[in-house]
Amino acid sequence: MDWRYMRRRTVNIVNLSGAVLATIFGLFWLFWIIWTTLSFGITAIDWNLFLLDTPAPGGTGGLANAIVGSLIMVGLATTIGTPVGILAGTYLAEYGGHSFVAGTIRFINDILLSAPSIIIGLFIYELVVINMGHFSALAGALALAIIMLPVIIRTTEEMLKLVPNPLREAALALGAPRWKMITLVAYRAALSGILTGMLLAVARIAGETAPLLFTALNNQFWSTDLMQPMANLPVVIFQFAMSPYKEWHTLAWAGSLLITLSVLVLSIVARTLSRKAKMEH
Amino acid sequence: MDRSFQALTTGSAWFVLVILASIIISLFVGGWQALSEFGPAFLVTDDWNPVTEKFGALVPIYGTLVSSIIALLIAVPISFGIALFLTEVSPHWLRRPIGTAVELLAAIPSIIYGMWGLFVFAPVLSEYVQPWLQENLGDTPWIGALFQGVPLGIGMLPAGFILGVMIIPFITALMRDVFATTPKFLKESAYAMGATHWEVVWNVVLPYTRVGAVGGIFLGLGRALGETMAVTFVIGNTHRFSPSLFEPGNSIASTLANEFTEAVGEMHTSSLIALGLVLFMITFIVLTFAKLLLLGLEKRNTAKN
Repeated sequence: MDWRYMRRRTVNIVNLSGAVLATIFGLFWLFWIIWTTLSFGITAIDWNLFLLDTPAPGGTGGLANAIVGSLIMVGLATTIGTPVGILAGTYLAEYGGHSFVAGTIRFINDILLSAPSIIIGLFIYELVVINMGHFSALAGALALAIIMLPVIIRTTEEMLKLVPNPLREAALALGAPRWKMITLVAYRAALSGILTGMLLAVARIAGETAPLLFTALNNQFWSTDLMQPMANLPVVIFQFAMSPYKEWHTLAWAGSLLITLSVLVLSIVARTLSRKAKMEH
Repeated sequence: MDRSFQALTTGSAWFVLVILASIIISLFVGGWQALSEFGPAFLVTDDWNPVTEKFGALVPIYGTLVSSIIALLIAVPISFGIALFLTEVSPHWLRRPIGTAVELLAAIPSIIYGMWGLFVFAPVLSEYVQPWLQENLGDTPWIGALFQGVPLGIGMLPAGFILGVMIIPFITALMRDVFATTPKFLKESAYAMGATHWEVVWNVVLPYTRVGAVGGIFLGLGRALGETMAVTFVIGNTHRFSPSLFEPGNSIASTLANEFTEAVGEMHTSSLIALGLVLFMITFIVLTFAKLLLLGLEKRNTAKN
């Protein structure tokens, strides 16, 4: 064993241990953050959280209006974003191919996927809020829909591309027109994959705060009017956490726990589904 | 029917381009008043005064860049380490759970990072880490200036650090994926020559996938530049310029989040939208660069197969 061999071995072991340490470092923050939201959040959760509206400073209350507001806006955003996203993904996978237009759309879509969400909020503010004259839940839902769109487009395209071509050819050979082939054969084969995209997109927007600040804003009271500002969990958490009031901090932690749990559950379910989807092909 | 279905899908796909165009146009229109009033000086002056209606973007631009650079300094080596662990070191049964756990870091909403940063991380930082840094590095010439000021636990350093943790999953995922594109025979030839694991990674895998790895880093940078809520919680939000990383600062995104709904006067609002335009342009360029690098790698790989 000469010294050069020893040196190479040592370098190898040191660097690979570095990789292990880096992994521990990365996971450390995940567990610390989850632990924080759990330990602060669990004590703050009781029935009032789901029954009472957000309180004035010093009062008691819950997050009922914010929870419902978040559900409404995320639901509306999903209803708007999903069909458009699936159709656009269908174009890229089934019609676009390698054409220049499809390439450009793919490229821009990937950039929008990582674009700052606060910019989308500004955009909807300029487009909707200024024209309406005031903040509204509809504007918030539109902003969220635009943020989820690139996620759905991308996963839909990927999942449709996993569908084997012989399936398509078989349908076409039977005389099915292309739209029937896509809707009845390709969609069905890629169903769980497309569903994954939807779940991932919902997980992505569930905790989005920045785009809602300029669009839905917040509402201290119960409101289901889409044309008016609406309470929502992320903005309530932001305002309450930044406030000096203890009761508000507690509610902010409770809200954080609700959001973190739902986002983590959604992501894990989506991942399991997508693994299944990929194994089917 | 066939034709209308195709038209429907095509239209939806074009919608992506329409969104991009309308984002740029609307930001231009909204920010025009400020841009025409201040001209290019908007980018290089550091006034931010709603009372005198003088606005310059230097401090938020500086804050955005510095916090993102700190983020990269932390995230790049860590992500490389995790990608290395996932592709070379880890036993097979551990790869999936650890890979998923790292990806979950990306799923945690920005605002949760922010709350954790403000209420849990900042106190730890100001009590233990910052005094230590000041004691040991505060007197060093040049870099000593970075560590001056009261250790509050909020400011540029914590903002950059939290950003770093947030972009780890993005860079890791891309590095892992590009590392996996290295042809097996290249790696096996190196092993056959007696190379160690590390030598294979450093001399074979990295040179082969360099372009993609850099693309991944730029993608992470693009994410860090526009990250809003986490930064807003911990950066301190002040428009005073300070070279110290311990002092509060501001980033473009946090300025927007803090001031936009409370902006008084058209010039203030317009300046904020112009700021948004600057942010969008910077991220657009960074992300385009990242995409081009990754596309180049993809093309090379498909050409070879």
